[in-house]
Amino acid sequence: MNAPVSLTTPAVSVDIAGVNLSYGTNHVLKDVNLAIEPGEFFAFLGPSGCGKTTLLRLIAGFNQADTGHVRIGGKDITDLPPWKRDVGMVFQSYALWPHMTVRRNVAFGLEERGVKRAEIERRVEAALGLVGLGHLAERRPSQLSGGQQQRVAVARTVAIEPKVLLLDEPLSNLDAKMRVQVRRELRDLQQRLGLTTIFVTHDQEEANSICDRIAVMNDGVVQQVGTPMELYERPANLFVAGFLGTANILKGRVVGSGADRSFEIDGGTRFPIAEGDRIPEGAALVFRPQHASLTDQAGPGDGALSLPCVIANREFLGASIRYGARIGATEVAVDMPFQSGRELFEIGSEARLRLSPRSLHWLSA
Amino acid sequence: MTAISTATPSRARRFAATPGQIALALAIAAFLLMFLVLPVATVIYVAFTEKGTSTFTLVNFYDFFRTELFMRSLWNSFYVSAMSVVWASVFALPLAYLTTRFVFRGAALVQTLGFLPLIMPPFVGAVAMQLFFGRNGSVNLLLDDWFGFKIDFMEGLNGVIFVQSIHYFPFILINLSAALRNIDRAMEEAAQNLGSSGFRLFRRIVFPLAMPGYLAGASLVFVKVFDDLATPLLLNVKDMLAPQAYLRVTSIGIADPMGYVISVVLIVASVAAMWLSARALKGRDYATTQRGGGGLARRVMTPWEAVLGYGVVILILALVLAPHLGLLLLSFATIWSFSPLPDAYTLAHYGRVFGESSVYIKNTLIYASLAGGIDIVLGVAIAYLVLRTKLIGREWLDWMASAALAIPGVVLGIGYLRTFYGVTLPDGTPLASLWITIVLALAIRRLPYALRACYAALQQISVSLEEAAENLGATKSRTVRRIVVPLMAGGILAGFVTSFSTAAVELSATLMLVQSNSDAPLAYGLYVFMQSAAGRGPGAALGVVAVILVAACTFLSHLIIERSQKAKGLGH
Repeated sequence: MNAPVSLTTPAVSVDIAGVNLSYGTNHVLKDVNLAIEPGEFFAFLGPSGCGKTTLLRLIAGFNQADTGHVRIGGKDITDLPPWKRDVGMVFQSYALWPHMTVRRNVAFGLEERGVKRAEIERRVEAALGLVGLGHLAERRPSQLSGGQQQRVAVARTVAIEPKVLLLDEPLSNLDAKMRVQVRRELRDLQQRLGLTTIFVTHDQEEANSICDRIAVMNDGVVQQVGTPMELYERPANLFVAGFLGTANILKGRVVGSGADRSFEIDGGTRFPIAEGDRIPEGAALVFRPQHASLTDQAGPGDGALSLPCVIANREFLGASIRYGARIGATEVAVDMPFQSGRELFEIGSEARLRLSPRSLHWLSA
Repeated sequence: MTAISTATPSRARRFAATPGQIALALAIAAFLLMFLVLPVATVIYVAFTEKGTSTFTLVNFYDFFRTELFMRSLWNSFYVSAMSVVWASVFALPLAYLTTRFVFRGAALVQTLGFLPLIMPPFVGAVAMQLFFGRNGSVNLLLDDWFGFKIDFMEGLNGVIFVQSIHYFPFILINLSAALRNIDRAMEEAAQNLGSSGFRLFRRIVFPLAMPGYLAGASLVFVKVFDDLATPLLLNVKDMLAPQAYLRVTSIGIADPMGYVISVVLIVASVAAMWLSARALKGRDYATTQRGGGGLARRVMTPWEAVLGYGVVILILALVLAPHLGLLLLSFATIWSFSPLPDAYTLAHYGRVFGESSVYIKNTLIYASLAGGIDIVLGVAIAYLVLRTKLIGREWLDWMASAALAIPGVVLGIGYLRTFYGVTLPDGTPLASLWITIVLALAIRRLPYALRACYAALQQISVSLEEAAENLGATKSRTVRRIVVPLMAGGILAGFVTSFSTAAVELSATLMLVQSNSDAPLAYGLYVFMQSAAGRGPGAALGVVAVILVAACTFLSHLIIERSQKAKGLGH
């Protein structure tokens, strides 16, 4: 067994403080503050146009912030040009140079750094070995499959032993099956290198499955930062609740006061508000479809809410069945696990919707 | 049931083409064979046979390589073509680089002015250039006045190189600019991300990626200069290959084999240059923008860079526009000799051009319209047959039509003379002396360009649009008439205008074929005028008319393409 060449460097933190960026009158990033821990696999998640790629390119030095600072390992790099940052970026298009072989592509960054020839050879081998493409070193990028190109792009970037690894939608050019495989490989690689990694995606499943923490972005603003489970369990606002998974969002208003406080949705149905819960101004009621259930009898009073409803539609999703249950004029989604043999609720039939008060959230936009 | 359903598809496959399509393909093939393959084959045949007999021989080539004049001409042609590429690159590189890589005010203007030389026949520019840069031209008179020396810009081969490089540098400018613009921004950013910047970044990433565009332009310049007949003739340079071929055939006679041998050498050189560039480009079609991302990032220039940049651009543009300005001045000048500017101005030349010489303009309009018309009919038909049918051997039509690119005009002219002189009409006039042969030669020469335009237009139309028409009951031919042709209209029109405007100033082939002044097109008239000092004024006026004609057409085609793309919602 060969002595393994390590491509690891001590992991560093990335701090983004008070960053604003405008293109003309278009305010693309609005007071962005993020603290990314050393060795963390961090995602910028949001719909297209939310500013996530702009922020990533700002860290790489391709965009300049109007205000604010970017620090890597405590060092302010805000005014450094891209080629002096040691921040490795894997481009969405991979950006492999078609006039160079795989080996030349991977060696490029090392050559630019004036690394000695023998060392270059060693590190190119190591980087290609890391992604399992040592045997394709003499190929041209055009002779590789999409997945292989993606791995060359990663190898080219980690070969320079960057302080931080930036991944700009690296899976978007792969087919669905490859995507699952490659994202595992990426996670695995990141764990082995212990490299602080920032991953940009619009796909919540991608972010959830491989990232330690996620910053959900919308409209140039960081909406919430947290682990995937935190974001799902305790979304900070309606955008996060709606963007991650499916949520029932019911508009209404607070009625009564003190212990009698409740939330009345359009149509008159009231949901009790637990004592001490603070309801933000203009809030809506939010709960997940799988936190509700349907029964055909009133059931024992275990503290759960039990609301009469009419089944309006039914979709088979595989592991579960999603019912549309109408409460008054409002339709909510309810997921029931699918078990063969168990009787289904028919469309048009009456049922009762059961909901634990603990799964109710009141969120504002 | 099963038997029938398996039999039907195989039958359908066997008769994939309708009788109409087959007839169309055969008609096109016959036309191309008659007016392209046969004349060229005749030239080659004559070159390889003993004079007056049909015995195969290499003695003609032996004579060619033994004659000092021909060897010198061969070398001169290579030298002039290569040097023209070098100088055209010197003009094109800064313009392409500055306008695509930097935030450059007036980049659009530079790109537009950069195309201007193409809309003037090079031999027309040659006369104007002589007035500015000749031994006793404006620049040398001033140099002599101020510094006491002269520069031989226009002496001998220098003159040809100078005129050709100014005329043809737009080919490099267009291709190189497009190549630079098509480089995905991420290609450059990835290099920066890995630590590369400045000139190293340019040398290692940007230039190699733009290389295919540069090579495509450079090889085109080489071939065009190698084949050009009129410019050296007008500058009185006779020891180059194309002029030699012309002179042999016109002065010694149509039976002299040397003209044919030279023609074969010209074809070989053309094909070789194209083959070499195609080989160099093989596998390097780096269309790197396909996955989104804009072109290269544009940098803001520092003040010193700006001064240098604008200085260089203005100098080059001044040089490029010199022939146009000179021509314009000349067309209004009474006498312009041994002085930096004309002595006095007059409108008489224009009067003469529109009076007695208006026949040239009329002929040109007729010939170029007919040639353009033939080209788009053939272009649409070939494009349709190749892209939309499964006809066996349909690619051959494309190859045959495109092969015209490699045939120098003078060769085609000689081929027509030789082939069709023996063919006589009932009243005894040879076919080659009819003006229609000029039209046919022009049509064949411009067909490759019109064909590309038609291809592009047809490729943009989704097949499902045609399938929808057939699904609703339209036959193949009605689908073509009601769906395909209307949707291609913009591209077809653009193809027509390109053919028309380039045919209007073509001279290489027509110089051979014009038999009488009354049948002559504008380019020929220009050439005749420019031969004598007294004819220069009216010649220049005719040149201005030609330039305006071509410029208007070019602008029109631009407008048409843009509008039809907008109408189809293609944008960009």
